Amino acid sequence: MIEAPDLSLAALAPLLFIFGAACVGVLVEAFWPRDTRHPVQVSVALVGTVGALVCTLLLAGSREITAGGALAVDGAGLFLQATIAGLGALSLLLFAERSLDPARSAFVTSAAVPAGSPRDRELLTSTRVQTEVYPLASFAIGGMMLFTAANDLLIMFVALEVLSLPLYLISGMARRRRLLSQEAAVKYFLLGAFASAFFLYGLALVYGATGSVRFSDIRSASLADGTDILLVLGLALLVVGLLFKASVAPFHTWTPDVYQGAPTPVTAFMAACTKVAAFGAILRLLYVAFGTAEWTWRPLVYGVAIVSMIVGAVLGLTQTDLKRMLAYSSIAHAGFLLTGVIGLGAGGEGSGLAATMFYLLAYGLTTLGAFAVLTLIRVGDGEATHLSQWAGLASRSPLVAAVMALFLLALAGIPLTAGFTGKFAVFRAAIEEGAWPLALVALLASAVAAFFYLRVIVLMYFSSPAADGPTVGVPGLPTTIVLAITATATVALGIVPGSVLDVAEQAAIFVG
Amino acid sequence: MSDLPFLLLMIAVPAVGAAVVAALPRGRDQLARQVALGVSLLVLVLAVLAAVAFDTAGERFQLTSSWTWIADFGVSFALGVDGIALVMLLLIGVLVPVVIGASWQDDAAGIGDVATDKRSMKAYFAWLLLLEAMMVGVFAATDVFLFYVFFEAMLVPMYFIIGSFGGPRRQYAAVKFFLYSLVGGLIMLAAVIGLYVVSNSQLGEGTFAFDALRGLEIDPGVQKLLFLGFFIAFAIKAPLVPFHTWLPDSGSEAPIGGAVLLVGVLDKVGTFGFLRYCLPLFPDASRFFAPYVLVLAVAGILYAALLAMGQSDMKRLVAYTSISHFGFIALGIFAFTTEAATGAVLYMVNHGIATGLLFLVVGMLIARGRSRQIGDYGGVAAKAPLLAGVFLVAGLASLALPGTNSFVSEFLVLIGSFPTQPVFTILATAGIILAALYILLMYQRTMHGPPRGVLLQEDPAEPLPAGGGATATLAAPTRSLRVLDLDRRELAVVAPLVALIIVLGVYPQPLLGLIEPAVSATMSDLGGTAR
Repeated sequence: MIEAPDLSLAALAPLLFIFGAACVGVLVEAFWPRDTRHPVQVSVALVGTVGALVCTLLLAGSREITAGGALAVDGAGLFLQATIAGLGALSLLLFAERSLDPARSAFVTSAAVPAGSPRDRELLTSTRVQTEVYPLASFAIGGMMLFTAANDLLIMFVALEVLSLPLYLISGMARRRRLLSQEAAVKYFLLGAFASAFFLYGLALVYGATGSVRFSDIRSASLADGTDILLVLGLALLVVGLLFKASVAPFHTWTPDVYQGAPTPVTAFMAACTKVAAFGAILRLLYVAFGTAEWTWRPLVYGVAIVSMIVGAVLGLTQTDLKRMLAYSSIAHAGFLLTGVIGLGAGGEGSGLAATMFYLLAYGLTTLGAFAVLTLIRVGDGEATHLSQWAGLASRSPLVAAVMALFLLALAGIPLTAGFTGKFAVFRAAIEEGAWPLALVALLASAVAAFFYLRVIVLMYFSSPAADGPTVGVPGLPTTIVLAITATATVALGIVPGSVLDVAEQAAIFVG
Repeated sequence: MSDLPFLLLMIAVPAVGAAVVAALPRGRDQLARQVALGVSLLVLVLAVLAAVAFDTAGERFQLTSSWTWIADFGVSFALGVDGIALVMLLLIGVLVPVVIGASWQDDAAGIGDVATDKRSMKAYFAWLLLLEAMMVGVFAATDVFLFYVFFEAMLVPMYFIIGSFGGPRRQYAAVKFFLYSLVGGLIMLAAVIGLYVVSNSQLGEGTFAFDALRGLEIDPGVQKLLFLGFFIAFAIKAPLVPFHTWLPDSGSEAPIGGAVLLVGVLDKVGTFGFLRYCLPLFPDASRFFAPYVLVLAVAGILYAALLAMGQSDMKRLVAYTSISHFGFIALGIFAFTTEAATGAVLYMVNHGIATGLLFLVVGMLIARGRSRQIGDYGGVAAKAPLLAGVFLVAGLASLALPGTNSFVSEFLVLIGSFPTQPVFTILATAGIILAALYILLMYQRTMHGPPRGVLLQEDPAEPLPAGGGATATLAAPTRSLRVLDLDRRELAVVAPLVALIIVLGVYPQPLLGLIEPAVSATMSDLGGTAR
């Protein structure tokens, strides 16, 4: 007789909401008439994400372990789930933008048609809009939310796949420069499959060492016998799998190519939400499962953080494509985030967790906004992502340039923006834990990275516009909403971050 | 009356003014100017009222106000001034309206190159006002975190002023300026967080409040590290040799108004930071490092003076003279006597006035000749006696002739430093002689002698030959501006500064009265060798 596991439906409401919406989206895709499908799909996906967001907010303060011990509902998990749901909803709005591309969508009409074929050329000008991306993205968002709540390694692996597979698909769906996009998707898929294999192998080793995939069991096993080589090796492999998703150097090589090739709304989605989800999983794995054996992972994270910051900052300098530049910026920021991860106190206290969560929120909003601006600057049919095309943008379109400058200054960590508050929080957490050499490297890397952000501002403001410069698209309602929200939040989290920091501080609890 | 939150108003008024000016419709440049001037005059009035409300015999920090800002970080929006900060606020109050007046016609006369034609002047004035708000904030903050925020945020308006409105190499200069300051600022950020951690362990809760931090007993080894963190940031800002290389570029590429505020006020944040943060917070480390700092200071005085003599570009020359003067200020601060440090603070004000005037006059000359090269001028005095006269006053004030304001401060620094640091003081004295050389040579070459360079060019529409400087590409006006003397607007701009040079040269007591109690308090924080 198999006993059914206990299931707290209320605690699972956010996940049920988003997965429910994704399933409904699949049905809509199958049965709804094509001509009105797009608004319906957008609404379903938005209802799913916003509903999930509302559910997490309603659940605030609850702490329990449910689904037979496989899922944890706690402050940190809910905070990160809310972040993912909110950023996911904003990304979906970018997906839904219809007034920028002359063909009414950033996504290819039929992804299966070979690029460059007669049928493809025919479809290029068709205004038929493809709507599969919405259920796919909803599944990815659901997987991300599950990822941060997983309380055992198997669920974490399932979540990893649920979030990854749709991402592989939608990265290859760009309407313009399709070959680049498909190449990105294949690269992402192959490398992602490797990373998953690493994770799975690590899972097996940890299971071999501890006899359980449950975090609490791993925790007590690692406390009892922390020197078990299997356990340490397993941890290392698990972390590699997660660092890959978080695009931390040296597991970052896919990032620039995929960020560049994927449709820009998808890049925004990946940069914001995947980062949050991957760091949510890293935090939970390291703090909950291996929190008592921090000597095993601390040196690893320490070293990887330094490598990531340096690689991101230095290679970012040489980029001439804005999407690639933001990809390297994302690698550098992953290093800064790891600086916060290091800020875990020996006794489990310390401000590292709250700081990292705040940073994730701030970075997600800012980078999403920056990519949203990127969708506006167009040349010909596609987006103008080459740096030189941005010369003199400020005299052409002062508002767009000002908003972009704001995001860049925030990414550079200039005070009175969200980026500074986040940086200050993680650096403080690291220095409090005595990791001041790491903080010093982080500060120097910030200075180096500031150079490439500044370079864009120099181009936009201090250069004369090129004769055949790009056009600045007039954003439709969805993109306008995204820009308004992200820009406001970037300023607000810089000037009055108090309440959000409070929430993060209160939420910084893992059950386990 | 004295209950008014002067300091908050002095930050809020220009910040709001900047927003208003930026929000004006395109093409309303005249209105933008008027609003900007009005706002900056209002700030001046507030600064004067604050000085009147300040009681020299009272507490060290006055006009204080404090609001919790970010509770999680223990940060307060805490404002307050001592005498040192107050005189800097007065300097800001005077310089900003002057700069706005001096930039009045910049769109016509040309401050930069082609780009300024297209760029509305209202953006320039909005950045200036925002810069003013940030500068007031830097000096008025009594919370180290708040100070840091203003210290870094201040870079943004200056970056745009240099980058958007500067000379031909403005992109390079703006980025260099920003990166140098940012690197220093980030190193300081590490030290700021370090201070917080120390306060957390000693006081039980982390704080950034200056008064609380002053009471900490910091381990000498940690003190040295934290001192260096702050010192490097301030040494870049001040700038001391060898952290100075950004200033000649920024100073020469910035539009004149930006350059005046850059060397007049922004750089003073560095020397102000030495006095406000390095000495009181890290007294042991300050004493430990003082000899090294003095070496840098004196090396800067002599090295920058020599470089100044070798410059052919007038704006670069003035920038180098500033580096030399900052050496004097650092000498006064790190000599650790009340007299010398009082002189140093007075020097900060006087240098702002004298060098500010020198930059303005040079700018007026450049606006006429469209060249920054000394060799392009000669015999200007015959055509423009008023301009030459003001140039001379500014130059003499800059070389600290007795009777001008700078003399008082330089003299105080030197006699105050001599008892504790005789060798360095004697070496620094050589800087005075060099100052006479570089100033008088520039004056003589440009103002006297036979007419040369641009004065001989009959057709002003004809572009200058290569190397002709910043503004050669700008469409020249129809009539020959370059030989005209100062007009009434320009006279109104320079008059207050000339008056201050004379008045403060013979009657510096009011400022000294404000400065001295604060300096004494700083020196008592330092303890030990301070006298």
